[in-house]
Amino acid sequence: MESLLKMSGISKSFPGVRALKDVDFDLKKGELHALVGENGAGKSTLIKILSGLYKADEGTLVLRGEELKTTGLREMIGHGIGIIYQELNLIPYLSVAENIFLGREPRTKLGTIDWPKLYKMTQAVLDPFQLNIKPRQKVASLGAAYQQIVEIAKALSLNAEILVMDEPTAALAGFEVERLFEIIGRLKKEGVSIIYISHRLDEVHHLADRITILRDGEKVVTKARGEMTNDEMIKHMVGRVLEEQYPQYDSVRGEPVLEVKGLTKAGVCEDVSFTAYAGEILGFVGLVGAGRTEIMQTIYGYLKKDQGEIFLHGKPIKIKNCRDAVTQGVGLLPEERKQQGLVLGMNIFDNAALTVLDLYSKFGVLQKRKIAHEVNTMVESMNIRTPSIRQLVMNLSGGNQQKVVLAKWFVRQCDVYIFDEPTRGIDVGAKVEIYRLMQNLAKRGAAVIMISSELPEVMNISDQVAVVFEGKLVKKFKKGELNEEEVMQYSLGLHEGREA
Amino acid sequence: MATKIDYKQIIKNNGVIIAFLIICIALAIMSPVFFTLNNIMNIFRQTSIYGIIAVGMTFVILTGGIDLSVGSILAFSGVICAGLMKRHDAPIFLAALAAIGVGAGMGLVNGLLITLGKIAPFVVTLGMVTIGRGLTLIYTNGYPISGFSSEFRKLGGGYVAGIPIPVIIFLITVIIAWFILNHTRLGRYTYAIGGNEETVKLSGINVNFFKTAVYVIVGITSALSSLILSSRLNSAEAVAGQGYELDVIAAVVIGGTSLTGGRGSILGTLIGALLIGVINNGMNLLGISPYFQQVVKGALIIGAVILDRLRDDTK
Repeated sequence: MESLLKMSGISKSFPGVRALKDVDFDLKKGELHALVGENGAGKSTLIKILSGLYKADEGTLVLRGEELKTTGLREMIGHGIGIIYQELNLIPYLSVAENIFLGREPRTKLGTIDWPKLYKMTQAVLDPFQLNIKPRQKVASLGAAYQQIVEIAKALSLNAEILVMDEPTAALAGFEVERLFEIIGRLKKEGVSIIYISHRLDEVHHLADRITILRDGEKVVTKARGEMTNDEMIKHMVGRVLEEQYPQYDSVRGEPVLEVKGLTKAGVCEDVSFTAYAGEILGFVGLVGAGRTEIMQTIYGYLKKDQGEIFLHGKPIKIKNCRDAVTQGVGLLPEERKQQGLVLGMNIFDNAALTVLDLYSKFGVLQKRKIAHEVNTMVESMNIRTPSIRQLVMNLSGGNQQKVVLAKWFVRQCDVYIFDEPTRGIDVGAKVEIYRLMQNLAKRGAAVIMISSELPEVMNISDQVAVVFEGKLVKKFKKGELNEEEVMQYSLGLHEGREA
Repeated sequence: MATKIDYKQIIKNNGVIIAFLIICIALAIMSPVFFTLNNIMNIFRQTSIYGIIAVGMTFVILTGGIDLSVGSILAFSGVICAGLMKRHDAPIFLAALAAIGVGAGMGLVNGLLITLGKIAPFVVTLGMVTIGRGLTLIYTNGYPISGFSSEFRKLGGGYVAGIPIPVIIFLITVIIAWFILNHTRLGRYTYAIGGNEETVKLSGINVNFFKTAVYVIVGITSALSSLILSSRLNSAEAVAGQGYELDVIAAVVIGGTSLTGGRGSILGTLIGALLIGVINNGMNLLGISPYFQQVVKGALIIGAVILDRLRDDTK
């Protein structure tokens, strides 16, 4: 079959970095072609060339048999290429209709917006999805999955024949992912071609017709689905055999460190009780929106609790705000690294030092040398790929940014570490490093709590797992006691019997 | 190995300093008076009054905030100091301390309303503009308080080792501020809060405390400036400091501090304040009409921000 899109010999360099080197990539009509690789492998650069944001230094772009000469952002949209970025680009307090037709609103003769027509056009775009999304609804009132679908609808309304999806499931879980997959299937049947970027190899296996793997800016291999096993894919991505995807260690349960009893906050969580032990990793699973993040935020003092007690090393503690939590030895790595974990305009050093400045001042003056020593040691051990720790965080890749957030908490000695989605958007190699670092914290005697939407990860790394459904803990079990399917059923609220 | 010097980059990164030097050289050529020690001291002395406030304002703007009430704080703390000295025969030191306390107090009120009251800095300090001015009028009944002791008048008019005292105070303020910004938690958190307040809060830092502190700082610098102004004029007036917030904010912005917070420096503010001073002084020397001067000053502010944007785009 003739290729719809053919990118050949694409090279692109940035000052000091060769981002892409002689990469070939093609896409057939109605095909889903997955693009896989570690952070910094060049996937984003390739997509940005396709979107018209970057211009390739070398190489050709052939669309429907014709070579494209000018490749600006507008031209590419005109050519029917729609990109759905990882960070959604919707305006929260405008309606769905306004978002979809932003800049293309139908006008009345007087030049004002023709609202009835706009809503009708939007309804027509949304209809095929058969979802409960209303054109008048504000985007902010939609969940992450539906927002994603609004983005897809927007691209389709621009007559996109090629859709690029960058980590579309990163913010979704469970049934939302299923929804999205259904829609992807339907789009393919209608002849839409999709380039799909994801770190979740299971998804890639499930969806892709063909898979292309990039490593260090070069194409390693393109193969049809089923011609590669997971292990082979990982090998191609990392360029070496990863001994184990989930490093194991024999945990020893120590004293109870953090005990939460009857934690309740209206609309967020109800009667949540659990104990985190020294030397162990406690995993929290559940659907997005089940309240996992909010439970942790309530413990951390970011949200105000209505009821409940928190004990640290057996003693009741009061946490009214995040400051109280940190001074008493509880650290939280937030879910949204850019909005909540980093100061993007500051360098690696300043970001990582943020949690420890209060520990290293004498008469109010910072002991810069001591701080530098602590932070340097940590940053080095984290393997952050950067020319210098004076590099601004905004210039780092997603995975390296996440490592900076981790470093920030590792430099401060806490009794309890809460990690909310620590490996989101991070490549396989870096994930293993993060698991090891978390295990090291546990070995040191800390209690580690990890929230994750990736079931295999939680099931393999945690010593205990708690399942959250609609703000309640519906199941607690030890590693190996349940399988993934059973856990999924609890997450969906299909199991009745609630445990204390 | 000889490294090639990238002149373009140097110009872009130091735009304001280069503009400052060019203007100084041009003025030195055009006016024989400009480059005399006397005139230079004069520029520094004039600059110091709003320059000191600009130092405090740099903290506020670095956090992403703004304080419009500096002129009113200046006026009220000024008349309090004058009133204590004239009406109650208070010693200079106590009167000055009280004025600074008043400045700090008004800053504290601003800060608490912004942090605990969760009201936008623009609104809170806009309210404080009128409140401060009103309090000043109540206290003075609208009449100036004038005629201070010769000791007090030295504060604005005296010299130490040939350098005007206001200039010394200004430079000491700059040095202290530089130290705070670079070597204390308050300073580092000031930058961090402007960069991403949410992150700082989630890192377990008492954001409200540090955010309030920057408004106290600008209150203190406003009061400090009021002492120099009263001393120079030998009078504390209810209308003192009106419109100062514009020159102060202009100095900070020309100095490269981003109004959205997180980026900027105290050295930049020093240059920004001096640049305004030099231009005012130069235009006066050249006999340019004061009406026209306003146009130039406005253009300067916009020009400085464009320069800043150019620097950003090269990244």
